[in-house]
Amino acid sequence: MKKVLGILFVLAISISALLLGGCGAPKKELNVYNWGDYIDESVLRDFEKKYQIKVNYDTFTTNEDMYVKIKAGGSHYDVLVPSDYMIKRMIDEGMLEKLDFAKIPNYRYIGAAFKNLGYDPRNEYSIPYMWGTVGILYNKTMVTGQPDSWKILWDKKYAKQILMLDSQRDSIGITLKMLGYSLNSKDPAELEQAKKALIEQKPLVLAYVVDEVKDKMISGEAALAVVWSGDAVYCQRENNDLGYFIPKEGSNLWFDALVIPKGSQHKKEAELFLNYLCETGIAYRNADYIGYASPHTGAVKKLPRDLTSDRSFYPLPEDLKNSEVFVDLGSRMKDFDRIWTEVKSQ
Amino acid sequence: MKKTWPAYPYIFWMVIFTVVPLSLLLYFSLTTRTAAGATTFSWEHFGRFFEPIYLKVLFRSLLLAGISTLFCLVLGYPAAFILADRKLNHKNTLVLLMVLPMWMNFLLRTYAWLTLLERKGLINTLLGHIGLPPLNLLYNDFAVTLGMVYNFLPFMVLPIYSVLSKIDHSLIEAAEDLGADPTYTFRKVVFPLSLPGVVSGITMVFMPAVTTFVISRLLGGGQYTLIGNLIEQQFLTVGDWNFGSAISVVMMLIILVGMGFTSRYEKGQEGGGLW
Repeated sequence: MKKVLGILFVLAISISALLLGGCGAPKKELNVYNWGDYIDESVLRDFEKKYQIKVNYDTFTTNEDMYVKIKAGGSHYDVLVPSDYMIKRMIDEGMLEKLDFAKIPNYRYIGAAFKNLGYDPRNEYSIPYMWGTVGILYNKTMVTGQPDSWKILWDKKYAKQILMLDSQRDSIGITLKMLGYSLNSKDPAELEQAKKALIEQKPLVLAYVVDEVKDKMISGEAALAVVWSGDAVYCQRENNDLGYFIPKEGSNLWFDALVIPKGSQHKKEAELFLNYLCETGIAYRNADYIGYASPHTGAVKKLPRDLTSDRSFYPLPEDLKNSEVFVDLGSRMKDFDRIWTEVKSQ
Repeated sequence: MKKTWPAYPYIFWMVIFTVVPLSLLLYFSLTTRTAAGATTFSWEHFGRFFEPIYLKVLFRSLLLAGISTLFCLVLGYPAAFILADRKLNHKNTLVLLMVLPMWMNFLLRTYAWLTLLERKGLINTLLGHIGLPPLNLLYNDFAVTLGMVYNFLPFMVLPIYSVLSKIDHSLIEAAEDLGADPTYTFRKVVFPLSLPGVVSGITMVFMPAVTTFVISRLLGGGQYTLIGNLIEQQFLTVGDWNFGSAISVVMMLIILVGMGFTSRYEKGQEGGGLW
């Protein structure tokens, strides 16, 4: 009896090994957690084929969603794509693994302007993936003249034709900018002024939206919308009447970067993957698909000239002199939340 | 009552998925983290909830949910009454048609309303064809209430229908024999007997309506912070789990009070609700 059981056991093991592992050797895996619609999916499949590594790919909608999930533990991701302020916070909380750049030689293609940035001053933890700004997308057939300021969002002429971002940090940030302050302001008086301005603006706002903004602007539902630069590229491809600009008061300059969380089970595969994403051809395919600005010098060269020479999407340093990168607010996020709740409950 | 073994998996399930999360919620709502990092007992989150700005949000949620429930009742009762009519043909098909939309994804159906109500949407396009000016249908109280009534109506119709169709018909015949006209019969016999269904319909519509956050975001254009949005914000954007838990606990208390009220009506009655 024991013998029969033993044979059955061995049989069961070999069958499951065959089913799971293909040819018996344990197949390598990689768990990636990225923003929704933020990679050319064929790139993932090519990576799987080239290195025989299975990629498990999940997506998130906000930095905070991602942070909560990683912080709570129990998830086994090997590669994450947080934004600047969130990277800083995760570094400070010891949640990220230092990268071994000897294993990521393609890092040399990343432009010098994207190294030693505030959130990772010694370039130890992150590799920039995409960058961009926040600006105004407007419909040329509905807006008169050439707008250049955040103030147009407070223009009564466009009542009920304005779409705001349903994001506390961004909406309060651009209001602070409109008033001439820093978008990381701590000053209660400045924040109070921003709150008043947002309350004053509320009757003019058609809706506070996030992802729906693209459909609405393309179909001409609204005249003006606050959008991230990559969304603007997408909308302009679909509707020629749309224009995009970074207001002269300055804006939010942001970076999303690739990192490896502490406790990653597949660090070697993760570094291989990061290096792969930094290959010129791959970086180009992603940049072309996503539409945001790429920090990869090789990819930028391959992209169409009319895109990379457009200062709205690839702004020059002087276009960004008033712009700032978000700083992690920590417990002050509560003040922002309070302002936002007061605005929304009007 | 003696417990029997089939109940154990259920008890296990309850402990893991109900008791533990509820205890955590209660724990978070009653503690706070000091600057030194220690966790101490505190009522401050509940105190904060009773500040005017949050009470305003609560009041608006209750009001919108109340209005939606009222509309559901006004529309749902006659519908249930018609469905429960004994002379009705194809009754099962009609009930099925009532339930059918619930099988489709809730988000999808709400998005469909966007397409209908938009400025360049279906309704306004039709209005444009017959030479009428476009209407502002989206992003206001009307759209939010419409979305709620649309989504929650079946929850009102079904309990009322199930009670009405179980009413002993001989009672109605007796009333008619004693000379009551149909209106009088309805007022004195049918309606009082259907009350358990009405009460459970009201609960089943009101509770999800108070805490919905998807409808207010999509159809209200994010201009309507309701209590559900507030809770979501605390957990996902601000990371203030303590305050988020406190709001959830308050909402649960409100719901418990509502349930207590309902169960008083349903005592001794049969099959009023769906639970």
